[in-house]
Amino acid sequence: MGFDDTVVNLSRLQFAITALYHFLFVPLTLGLSFIMAIMESVYVMTGREIYREMTRFWGKLFGINYALGVTTGLPLEFQFGTNWAYYSHYVGDVFGPILAAEGLIAFFLESTFVGLFFLGWNRLSQLQHLIVTWLLAVGGSLSALWILIANAWMQYPVGAEFNFDTLRMELASFPEVFFNPVAQVKFVHTVAAGYTTGAMFVLGVSAWYLLKGRHLAMARRSFAIAASFGLASALSVIVLGDESGYSAGETQKVKLAAIEAAWETEEPPAGFALFGFPDQAARTTHYEIKIPYVLGLIATRSVDEEVLGIEDLEKHARERIHSGLIAYRALEDLRRDRDDAGARATLAAHQADLGYALLLKRYREDVLNASEAEIERAVRASIPHVAPLFWTFRGMVAAGFLMLFIFAAAFYYCARRVADRKRWLLKLAFYGMPLPWLASELGWFVAEYGRQPWTISGVLPTFLSASNVKSGDVWLSLSAFIGFYSVLLVVEMFLMVKLIRQGPAEGQPVQA
Amino acid sequence: MDYDTLKIIWWLMIGLYMVGFVLTVGFDLGIAMLLPFLGRGDAERRTILSTVMGTWEGNQVWLVTLGGILFAVWPLVYASLFSGPYLAIMLLLFSLLLRPAGFDFRDKLKSPAWRKFWDWALFAGGFLPALLLGVVMGNLLLGLPFRFNESLRMTYTGAFWDLLHPFALLCGTITVALLVLHGANFLQCRTLGPIALRARQAASISAFVAVGAMGLVALSLFGIEGHRIVDSPDPATAFSPLEKTVEVIGAGWLRNFLIHPWMLIAPAVAVTGTLMAGAFARQFIPGLAFWVSGAAMAATLLTEAFALFPFLLPSSLDPGSGLTVWDAVSSPFTLKLVLALTLIFLPIVITYTGWVYRVLWGPVTGSTIENH
Repeated sequence: MGFDDTVVNLSRLQFAITALYHFLFVPLTLGLSFIMAIMESVYVMTGREIYREMTRFWGKLFGINYALGVTTGLPLEFQFGTNWAYYSHYVGDVFGPILAAEGLIAFFLESTFVGLFFLGWNRLSQLQHLIVTWLLAVGGSLSALWILIANAWMQYPVGAEFNFDTLRMELASFPEVFFNPVAQVKFVHTVAAGYTTGAMFVLGVSAWYLLKGRHLAMARRSFAIAASFGLASALSVIVLGDESGYSAGETQKVKLAAIEAAWETEEPPAGFALFGFPDQAARTTHYEIKIPYVLGLIATRSVDEEVLGIEDLEKHARERIHSGLIAYRALEDLRRDRDDAGARATLAAHQADLGYALLLKRYREDVLNASEAEIERAVRASIPHVAPLFWTFRGMVAAGFLMLFIFAAAFYYCARRVADRKRWLLKLAFYGMPLPWLASELGWFVAEYGRQPWTISGVLPTFLSASNVKSGDVWLSLSAFIGFYSVLLVVEMFLMVKLIRQGPAEGQPVQA
Repeated sequence: MDYDTLKIIWWLMIGLYMVGFVLTVGFDLGIAMLLPFLGRGDAERRTILSTVMGTWEGNQVWLVTLGGILFAVWPLVYASLFSGPYLAIMLLLFSLLLRPAGFDFRDKLKSPAWRKFWDWALFAGGFLPALLLGVVMGNLLLGLPFRFNESLRMTYTGAFWDLLHPFALLCGTITVALLVLHGANFLQCRTLGPIALRARQAASISAFVAVGAMGLVALSLFGIEGHRIVDSPDPATAFSPLEKTVEVIGAGWLRNFLIHPWMLIAPAVAVTGTLMAGAFARQFIPGLAFWVSGAAMAATLLTEAFALFPFLLPSSLDPGSGLTVWDAVSSPFTLKLVLALTLIFLPIVITYTGWVYRVLWGPVTGSTIENH
């Protein structure tokens, strides 16, 4: 066998844990940088010192968080090489350029100007400094764009072809990769979620100051900015999340069916399962409560198109495995004779399904001799586990709507200029602070776990992607990551709380 | 453009990205190594850190981009080099994480024990990457024990300790000394008084250590086997690394210099540049010393690249599996795409980075520290 299950699972766990840690810092960075840019814009336009102090205060919190985002991001890039060597070889031609573009176009911009943001206050004109802050914010969002293009290619690989001379996938069309429909909806959904995180953070901290009666002038203004920015962002996340559902209906039918626990294809329009206990073995959902029409509307934008259920998707997978085997046989023929024109034509016709034949490698090395029983096992394994997806998705959506409610209420009472008297709202805003992180991490899980059993949907199975390393070595690195990152996180939280308690402009009272 | 020309262009361009990396991250690492020795007391240490505080994050992107470029251009090198010596690369990665954490956390609390802890963490975050990068460079010359099967899955048979070969440690000494030299020169540019004087001394000592180690490495190469391609498909076509035949020859990495004597320019610049950088530092011309130590580092990289050419990652286990400029590379389309990205965006990056340096330039004094 060409793979070791323990190494694969440990490597998956390691990537998941490092990515989840990274994702604690990144959304806040995305959101805070924009809020800082908005505050500083107000300062430059009105000339009121307090907005400068606000920018600097939230900037300090941003700074701690930013450095940790960078620190935890580095191992993500290198893990493709260390733990997913076969993946790196197989798709580096397509995936590598996107990461390179991220560094060159976005990350350099963001990181070069972050230092100037902190040290440039007395060295730059007001306008120059404002531009620096905006470049910092835009750079962060651009970074997210490239990373999500890379990720979307794993979800829905377009613009690439298999080359049998080099035994890997190669880039065929860069515009197709860039304008991947999954990338576009994922980008707006994720970036808006980041803005929501920043807004919720500022809203919650400001609410705490208002409850304690400290730094009132700054807190009131920050609260208002966070409420309006947050309301816009939260609305975007939800609307664009729905767009994501539509995109999944088009491009990631298996993930959608698993999220919905749609075991069988229903008569259109399909209903949305609000609640239930999915049972993978029995292929049914116990105590299911369904809202009619809604899923059909989300996934197809119509009332007469079908949303495919898991059984039909399995039938589809079975066909693709058989077609993939034809491609695999052609590949073997080509290995014996490079100039076999018939084999080339067959490979070209079936190469899109080659990945499905690779699913059989889990059961035997010589996949061409796979039995019907083994093919059936591969078919079953082509559907991710339903229950975890069903629940995490609903958790994410619930957190999203709860935040929308908080922002809407905050915005409404800010507009009526009574927000700081509504103690229930302030408390809700403060205790609601973990919500955006909860939603982001759950959302990440839905996107990535829902892609299983593939690293590249339909192209390369996860179990084949890993490096040939020793499981003991991965245990060691995994424990080191957990230990090191947990210490970093504790220190960061401690410093954040300390800075928040200290409040803005230590020693100098802020003028209202 | 022909595929083989593109392959050579990318061999040069990767070199360029590596030079960008050692020039920028290089002095950050050097300064981190010097921190506990040149800074006596907290105020001096804060002064030293302030020289890089505004720019280290931008510099660090050279590392991230180098990783992305390597992934895009030489995916097999990226995959094999990082997954083979797994634990060593992980150690390198963790040591690289100490520096950002240290920069971020050190000054946030006033406790002397806290600051002292991060001073040494910063030292380790400078020293370990510098040493390990050199150890990796040394092991490229020794060859790594890996082979590919017919579907290009890699097997690696070495253990962590095998990498710490005396020759590799000697190469590590060169990188540590060169980065200290480079960092000391930068520090001398941006500080006044006792720190600058101590930096000047560190620069001349490290220049001598580097040149000494370079001499020993050159002598050792006579005793190390090198590889030579005997037969391979046309470099202008796409092929897998398994389609070539490779022979092993004694003192083989010196062969290129015998066939093409002009290549000796690289080691000559490396040695004289290092000595001159030390000398300029002594003469209180730190600006010039900084650029000369940068040139010496670039020449050192080029010397190794010339020695190995066309190999990138030779295999000691199965010479035929060794990766070369011709076969470890991405498709022509991807090479052109990334080349276009580089030609458009790298000049832009260098321009705004230059502007940021200009804004933040000037000797760091007590009043500059108060600003962050």
